[in-house]
Amino acid sequence: MSEMVLMKGNEAMSEAAIKCGCRYYFGYPITPQNEIAEYMAARMPQAGGFSLQAESEIAAINMVLGASAAGARVFTSSSSPGISLKTEGISYIAGSDLPCVIANVQRGGPGLGGIQPAQSDYHQATKAMGHGDMRLIVLAPNSVQEIAEHTVLAFDLADLYRTPVMILTDGALGQMMEPVDFGKLKINKPPEKTWAAAGHSDKRPPNIINSLYLDPKDLEAAVLERYKNKYNIIDEKEVRYEEFDTEDADIVIVSYGIVSRIAKVAVNMLKDKGVKAGYFRPVTLSPFPSGRLGEIAETAKRFLVSELNMGQMTDDVRLAAGCKKPVDFFGRTGGIITTPEEIYNAAAKVLEE
Amino acid sequence: MPENKIKTYSIIAAGFGGQGVQFIGKQLALTGMYLDKKVSCIPSYGAEMRGGTSNCTVIISDGDMGSPVTDNPDILIAMNLPSYLKFHKTIAKDGCLICNSSLVSEKSEREDINKYYIPATDLSYEHNVPMNVIMLGKLISATGIFTFDEFAASLEKSLPESKKRLLDMNIKALKLGFDYADSE
Amino acid sequence: MVVFDRPKSLTDREFHYCSGCMHGVVHRLVAEVLDELEIRGKTVGIAPVGCSVFAYNYFNCDMIQSPHGRAPAVATGVKRVHPENAVFTYQGDGDLAAIGTAETVHAAARGENITVIFINNAIYGMTGGQMAPTTMPGQVTSTSPYGRKAEIQGLPIRVCEMLSTLDGVAYAERVSADCVKNIRAAKKAIKKAFEYQIAKKGFTIVEVLSNCPTNWGKSPVESLEWMRTNLMPYYPIGVYKDIELNKKPEVENNA
Repeated sequence: MSEMVLMKGNEAMSEAAIKCGCRYYFGYPITPQNEIAEYMAARMPQAGGFSLQAESEIAAINMVLGASAAGARVFTSSSSPGISLKTEGISYIAGSDLPCVIANVQRGGPGLGGIQPAQSDYHQATKAMGHGDMRLIVLAPNSVQEIAEHTVLAFDLADLYRTPVMILTDGALGQMMEPVDFGKLKINKPPEKTWAAAGHSDKRPPNIINSLYLDPKDLEAAVLERYKNKYNIIDEKEVRYEEFDTEDADIVIVSYGIVSRIAKVAVNMLKDKGVKAGYFRPVTLSPFPSGRLGEIAETAKRFLVSELNMGQMTDDVRLAAGCKKPVDFFGRTGGIITTPEEIYNAAAKVLEE
Repeated sequence: MPENKIKTYSIIAAGFGGQGVQFIGKQLALTGMYLDKKVSCIPSYGAEMRGGTSNCTVIISDGDMGSPVTDNPDILIAMNLPSYLKFHKTIAKDGCLICNSSLVSEKSEREDINKYYIPATDLSYEHNVPMNVIMLGKLISATGIFTFDEFAASLEKSLPESKKRLLDMNIKALKLGFDYADSE
Repeated sequence: MVVFDRPKSLTDREFHYCSGCMHGVVHRLVAEVLDELEIRGKTVGIAPVGCSVFAYNYFNCDMIQSPHGRAPAVATGVKRVHPENAVFTYQGDGDLAAIGTAETVHAAARGENITVIFINNAIYGMTGGQMAPTTMPGQVTSTSPYGRKAEIQGLPIRVCEMLSTLDGVAYAERVSADCVKNIRAAKKAIKKAFEYQIAKKGFTIVEVLSNCPTNWGKSPVESLEWMRTNLMPYYPIGVYKDIELNKKPEVENNA
């Protein structure tokens, strides 16, 4: 008998967070991620945890900062405009070397934008999630099962590296129902957090959670240390991607998240027409799988990037390919989901050139 | 239905908010899941939740799950006129239209699809059973996507304890749709 | 016999505060209270952005440095994870009543069981003497060079009066650090706030009227006099809320 349950992506994310020991959630309502706050409000008390609707996304991310500083596994979620409000707190969290998990269930922008699915926060998530020399780990799941698995992974990576981790989904993945098997999740115990500010009980010197270094030499040293012992190791060890038939491909379609599902169908349509088409999907958007894309660029003839935005990942693919091979883009934006036929047609068009 | 090596159905159900469109999507996905098929169901939401048309896209596959969205569904369940007008031209060749003829007076002129018309709203008033389940009954008898017993079992399984009393009414509606002789 | 010693809840670090500034005195009052209540080991302090940003170097308990104005939200996170800890924020007027107004008001409205030490000196100190939400009408600052005008910058916010209307607030008192008598009263208020927190009575705030000789352009002694003649009449000291006394807003003016 199947252990599967049919759930929305947003619900699966919430349940997975609880399953891996997260007991604190702070959020603020915004479509299309409200199922997360609603699920947490209902489930956290049952699980012995605590869920709070904050007065703003700004307050919510700072409650996350406090709970994380106090040693807890803690989670917040929002959608694009709300994520912009959280950037201040995220920078402080990164600068204070605190772990936490943040979900961005993206919608169209800029401004209030729309409420339909989009991937137009790619640049923000991977390059500018806050001020200063800082980064996040960014995971881009493409199914409800993977949302659950990535949620667990996100908490583990956050604790391992003491860094904020973002799960980047979109309105479609968040609202989409698919079967999910929580039995497949590998739950790890969080490490002991001896650095936490939770009272020293006169048994150790005070722990100080801080991101301020007024002496430039001290700040530079702290940043260098963070790059050396955190970001560089993450670059080395945590790159994740999926691919097939990329060697010698006439065209490799590069996409992530919901679009990778659609692109896969387009790749198979191209194959049916006799095109040597390949599929590449960054699973971590940060760290970006530049190394592998560079290798692929040695033999593949060209790339087509497809996203639900104006081509924000295209430059990353160009850089990874060392500008050796043409990189084209096809996408929809504003909340429209591209279809397999559209990607197929875009690929067919660039192949004709 | 197009015969593929791997059988994949894409279904769009569309109607007014309140007609039970999302239930149709969820129940089809659940039934597929209980039968160990790959399924996805994307509901429309947001502004469309409020009074306008509501629709959802369901994919049910024996093979790998691909795109959760489609431009050309194999099956359209049209519960009202706006939904019929919006989607019936997009139905894939050899696909299937299940149309609530109580609220859709038009008939499709397409010759390359299978068309089924059922006055589900009238039937639901007449027999005091849910309209959307009548449509589901017609869908499974017209397409063979599930057997009657498979779908009835999934209905029973998915009803929470507190709503088990509604099972008989739902089975009755399912049977009504399933046995309904085509009007065209 | 030791008659005067450094509280255990202060570290050995020398304060960086300007001469004549009362921050150091208020730090000491908080530290003495932590010592007397024997809660240093279970206390987590939240430092703000402003002159007292380095409070994390001075208090000998676990400390978190918060983004500007967000200290009550950070404190909420800590307190909800560890309800048995004593959690306090130490915030200035810009931090608490300008950029952090929402966090302050909503932590109070939720009745977060935390203690807020609010230093009101009517100016932004760290950034160099800009206008604060509590800057007096007519007061010259670097961003109100012609004096604060109601029609341009509006009028000051009276924080204790405002917060005392919220049901989540257990205790709100305004004190002054202008003289020994008032400093003694300030310590009593701070102690009471922590006691209420430990007893889980709700949100507690002690507003301490303080000075800024550097940015006011006054000698330390003149600055204390200016507090008495300008700040204290506008911001009357007294208990504005005490759920134990069922105390409604009421003023005891010592000015």
